[in-house]
Formats: sequence, C-alpha cells, structure tokens
Amino acid sequence: MCGAGPARRAQMKARKEPGAVTRRQFMAASAMSSAAWAAGCTSQSGDWESLSEDQAGTLAVICDQIVPADDFPSASQAGVVTYIDRQLSRHYRRHRMAYAHGLEQAESISAKRFGHGLAQATAEQRLQAARALEQENRTFFELVRKHTLEGYYGSPRHGGNRDAVSWRMLGLAEPPVRGRARDVFSKGTRS
Amino acid sequence: MKRVNAVVVGAGAAGGIVARELATAGLSVVLLERGKWYTANDCRKDDLRNQRTTVLGNAFGPEDEGNPRVWVDSRGEANVVLPSEGAYQNNAACVGGGTLSYGAMAWRFMPQDFRMRSTYGAPQGSSLEDWPIGYDDLEPFYDKAEYEIGVSGDESGNPFHGPRRRGLPMPPLPPNREFGILEPAAKRLGLHPFPIPMLRNSVPYNGRGECMRCRWCVGFACEVDAKNGSQNTVIPSALATGNCELRTQCMVREILTDERGRARGVSYFDEKGRLQEQLSDIVVVSACAIESARLLLNSKSRLFPDGLGNRYDQVGRNLQGHHYTGAMGFFDFETYDDVGPGASIAISDYNHGTPGLCGGGLLANEFIRLPIHTLDRLPPGTPRWGAGHKRAMREFHRRTMIVMGPTQQIPTADGRVTLDPAVEDQWGLPVARLSGNSHPHTFEIGEVQARRAEAWLKEAGAVETSLMAGRPEIVSSGQHQAGTCRMGDDPHGSVVNRNCQVHDVDNVFVIDGSVHVTNGGFNPVLTIMAIAYFASDALVRNWKGTGFRS
Repeated sequence: MCGAGPARRAQMKARKEPGAVTRRQFMAASAMSSAAWAAGCTSQSGDWESLSEDQAGTLAVICDQIVPADDFPSASQAGVVTYIDRQLSRHYRRHRMAYAHGLEQAESISAKRFGHGLAQATAEQRLQAARALEQENRTFFELVRKHTLEGYYGSPRHGGNRDAVSWRMLGLAEPPVRGRARDVFSKGTRS
Repeated sequence: MKRVNAVVVGAGAAGGIVARELATAGLSVVLLERGKWYTANDCRKDDLRNQRTTVLGNAFGPEDEGNPRVWVDSRGEANVVLPSEGAYQNNAACVGGGTLSYGAMAWRFMPQDFRMRSTYGAPQGSSLEDWPIGYDDLEPFYDKAEYEIGVSGDESGNPFHGPRRRGLPMPPLPPNREFGILEPAAKRLGLHPFPIPMLRNSVPYNGRGECMRCRWCVGFACEVDAKNGSQNTVIPSALATGNCELRTQCMVREILTDERGRARGVSYFDEKGRLQEQLSDIVVVSACAIESARLLLNSKSRLFPDGLGNRYDQVGRNLQGHHYTGAMGFFDFETYDDVGPGASIAISDYNHGTPGLCGGGLLANEFIRLPIHTLDRLPPGTPRWGAGHKRAMREFHRRTMIVMGPTQQIPTADGRVTLDPAVEDQWGLPVARLSGNSHPHTFEIGEVQARRAEAWLKEAGAVETSLMAGRPEIVSSGQHQAGTCRMGDDPHGSVVNRNCQVHDVDNVFVIDGSVHVTNGGFNPVLTIMAIAYFASDALVRNWKGTGFRS
C-alpha cells in the first residue's frame, strides 16, 4: 500500500462523500504528484475503462500542460483523465489507436530528451515535452487538447469538471440559480 | 392497417402543423416520425451532448450509429460523415424536430425576400429566383403561427418589416445586459435596434409558464417548457381531435405509387424494424430539406425511375441554409449576466438595400454561451493551451459579446442532395450525399456583414475585436436547411407548385423548408410554419371527400 501524500489526503477529505471516491478518481487526483505512481504506486487491477495505469499517468501529465493548476485545479485534478478514459470506450472509441501511439510517443520524447519518463520529469521538462509533442504529432496533440478542454469545461456528468470546478472558476453560479440543481449530474452518463 | 386520408412524414415544425390542420378539418391522419418523443424532463443540461454542441453526439437524434451521410468536398472526394459532425448538416430527429431544442427566433421574411431575382438580378452561376407567392400571401399565416405557436417580442422599433395586421401576442422578455450595452451603440450609429421576436413565452401563454432565463437554452429541450415548438402546441392538439395518430421511431422507406402514377401511401420500418405499409389518399412529406429530398429520390418506380417528382432533375438542387458571419468583441467590463436566452437585440438595417450586394441579413447578439463555447473564441493571439489559455478563459468568458447573423445564401443548382451509390443506413436505404456550395457572392456579402458587426461592437466599447467570416467548402445548411424541392410555376425549374403539391403527382405534397426558393436573411422557422399553415389551408379547401381537386 502506497502512502497517500498530504495533498491526496486533503483532496479525499474535501469530498463530500468519501465513500464514493473510486480508484479511478483517486488516481486522477493524484497523478500530478507524479512520484507516487512512478514509484510503482499503481494498481494491478486499476479500474480505468480504456487506459492502462501507465497510459493514464502519461495522459495526466499532458492534460496538465493544457490546463495547469493555479489557484484552481489542473485538468487531471478535475477528473479529465476519467473523462477521456470513459469516452475512449464510448464516443471516442475510434481514437483509441491514436491515444496508444500518441502516449507512447510522448514517453519516447521524454526518454530521448531527458533520459527518463514523464513521471520523473520536472515541471519544465514536461512543458517542453508537450511542446515537442505538439510539433511532432500535431494531430494527436490537437485531439488531446480538444478532449482535455471538453472534459475540463464541459458538464461534470461525464467525469471531468469535477464539482463544476471550472464553472465556479468562471464565476458561474453553481448550483445554478434557476432550474433543477446539479443532482442531475449524478445520474451518470449515457454517452 | 386501416387506410387513412393523409400520411404526414416527419413531426417537425411543418409536419406538426399540417397534421393538426388536417385533423381539425376532419381528415384522418397518421403522423410518422423517425425519432422519439422527448419531454421537458429530457433537458439533461449536458453541455457536451445536445443539439448545438455535439461533442458526444446529438441529444435529440439521430444517433451516430446507423445514420451516416456522405459529403463530397471541394476536391471531389466523398467522405462518410456522422450526425455529430458538422459536415452532416444535422437538424434533429424527434417529435418537434428542430423546434424542441432550437433557439426559437421567430422571424418573418421581408417582402423583398420573396422577389430576390426581380430585386437584384441573378448573379452569374447562381439559381437565384423569385417565389411564386409573396409576402402578402403568407401574412395571414405568419400571424396564425405567431398566435397559435406563440411568439413574444415587439417589432415596433423595426421600420423594415413588412406590413402586419397586428402586433405579437406576448411582450418581449425584459432586456439583458448585452441589450443594454448594444442598444445605445446601435442608435448612435443611426441603426434601428429592437428586441428579437422569439417562439418563447415571456408571460404564461397557451397553458404553459414563462421562460425562467437559464443558461441551457439553444440546443436543449426547455426545462420549464416555455419554448414553443410543434411538440408542445399543434401536435398535442392534433392528437386531441381524435383524428390523428402519431407513430414514433418509424422510418419511411418510400412513397408507394399505383399504375397511374398516383401515390397510394408509404412503406416504413416501425419501431421494431418491421416493414409496414400505410395506405392513404394523400402523402405529405415534411422531413426537412435533406431528408425530404432523399425520400422522394428513394421513391423509385416504373413511372418515376429517377425518383418521385424528379422528372426534370430538380429534386435535391438549390440546397441552402445560412452563411453565418459576424464578430467577437472583447470588453474591459463584464458583459455577461448569466440570463438566458442571451440573444436579445437585432437590427434589420442590413437585410436589403446595400448597393452592389444581393441582400444581406439580420445582425443580432449571440445566444447565451456556455464555457465550452468560449474555448476557441478568445482574443487573437491568446495561447491555445496552457496557463495563458486558462487565464484568458477566466478573463474573457464574462467580457465577450458576439454579434452575428445569417447572411442570405445565393443558391446554386449544384449545391445539392443526391443519393449515395454505395453507402446505406441501418435500414439499407441509400443515404443523402451532399455536394456543391453556395454562390461565392454569398461569402462577399458575409464579409461585409462581419465588418458591420465589428463596427457595432466597437461602438459599444469593445477594446479588441475579431472577425468571424470564413469561406466554407460546403453548403452550410444544417438546422436552417432549405430549398431542395423548390416551389415554382414551371415544372422544369421546380418540384412543387405554389400550394406545395408535387407537379406531376397531385396527391403528394412537400411541406417544409424544402420548398423555399430562397431562405431570407433570417432564421427560417416561422416561414416554415407559415407555409405549413398556408399549404394546409389550400389542401383543406380543395379536399373533396376521399380525394380533392386542385
């Protein structure tokens, strides 16, 4: 059992329903504290629907370059890896190969340039790797960019934008002032 | 299955009205709809899956699976496209059609819009034509649509509209913040701003309440049922007559004809995929411009080897919609107030009368935007990702206004719908194949309109602006699709007569946007509704027992 760092414990505590924290959310939330999963802190029976643990880790790093943390969470902290993982088994099934190749390429960029994987990379190296990926495989980078922004700014019902965090960031009332409240999001997804 | 007087194919804006008018006149009607019947409870507030933002698919049909189309691009290459992709030019597949989830702008066309060729002459290479009917013919039916479906607004500040017998049944919604900023700016420019007429309750009307002004508007089913479409007005009222039966999830395969070339009904796949026949005295096709044309083309027989009504190769031609252009304005103060429907103010100053331009279009502020709509609508030079993009989202989501409008398209004969020779849908029917484009003059008008929108935003205090004016490689038809079964007096250049009756098959009617000769510089739905009332009126007047004369 890996020890959850202080940041992760804080996030778990902050959730209103600690029992509802799934392995998937837990991993997404922790992906930014890279050392954790890089040190072998991954589940053999991870419950990602489409990605392997390693792929999810790589993806989290790239997503977090597209939407980094500031005083509001980064993409992976807001559940974007969950969003993309789910849709790779649903609406984005057709992009699975692109992800498999693209994530591999991202790791090989890191290995070639820095001599280690993205997990061990510094913040600056990760940004450089993202820029290099954008140059070397623009098609894939555009795809991840699009999916990351959708997940971060779209409806929380699909697993990203957890607790409507991006909407709050933009100053939108949440739950909304008018109409049904956000309980509609808990009905899960059909897409 | 019991023979009926009329089968209506498609329960959208027009089909719902036709069903209701025929049923009220005592005809027995079967209304067939390929989609489902959704209600206000189906407003899922899903920013990624609705009829406007189809990142994860359409909320109100069709599904991506089993419903492809083919788009031929400018290099002549055929691409299979899915309903959630832009090139598909989707509207909707459900009871109510587009009216369940639309933005609900309720425009009348202007008198000039029915006489485009006489007013401007046809640009070379275009198929610009006059309508066989005029504004005055439709005026009583515009009025009927405004009162029966329900329109709010106040056009007294618009000096450009055609004559009208009375005002609208509901006052406009109170102005939002964008209205308050844009109105004085327009006036300073010598323009004539006024509130946008909307098929939306501003006060309780027709037994339903008023708009609660939420953020989930265009693209969504209205959660409080304050948006007026055929699904909550004429269709329930058609069913209440006892003369109309609505069958959902029924996909019509073809119009059946007899030895003499008259229609005898339709064959369709029911909700379980079984092939059924519904015999009838008349068939009304109201499936929206692309699917209506496809159904006629798929209705081949010995007498109609190239499709019903297609003797002169006119079915599917003149596909048009609107070429949207405009500008974004970025402000150093908050313009966003989180009050729907957002779109509130318009000008009609630029629809007609600019020397050198064949028409123009209305300009209005855009519907309320969800964060997902702002991602690529940030000031020029904004980083596309990273900390800079996130910062710009925070800075500008609430400090941006968009003014844009539907430039009236100049149609061409080769902007068209045909049948794809290879691709079939889930029922094994050849799918629509879209090819060609608008006339290039359309894009020139659109560019002028974009600069006008920009000037309005600058006058309103925009510190930075960005033009939105492209030259798409495809006829932008989508939710405003029209023109594919043109109305006209000459069978060689049109598909239906002024009463929407197919020229050489007197008991088949096409009643929807397909019959539009030109599509106005306005959202077309109120005109589609007016034509449905107009054509139903003629049909009922000519109806004689189980037949009719024309």
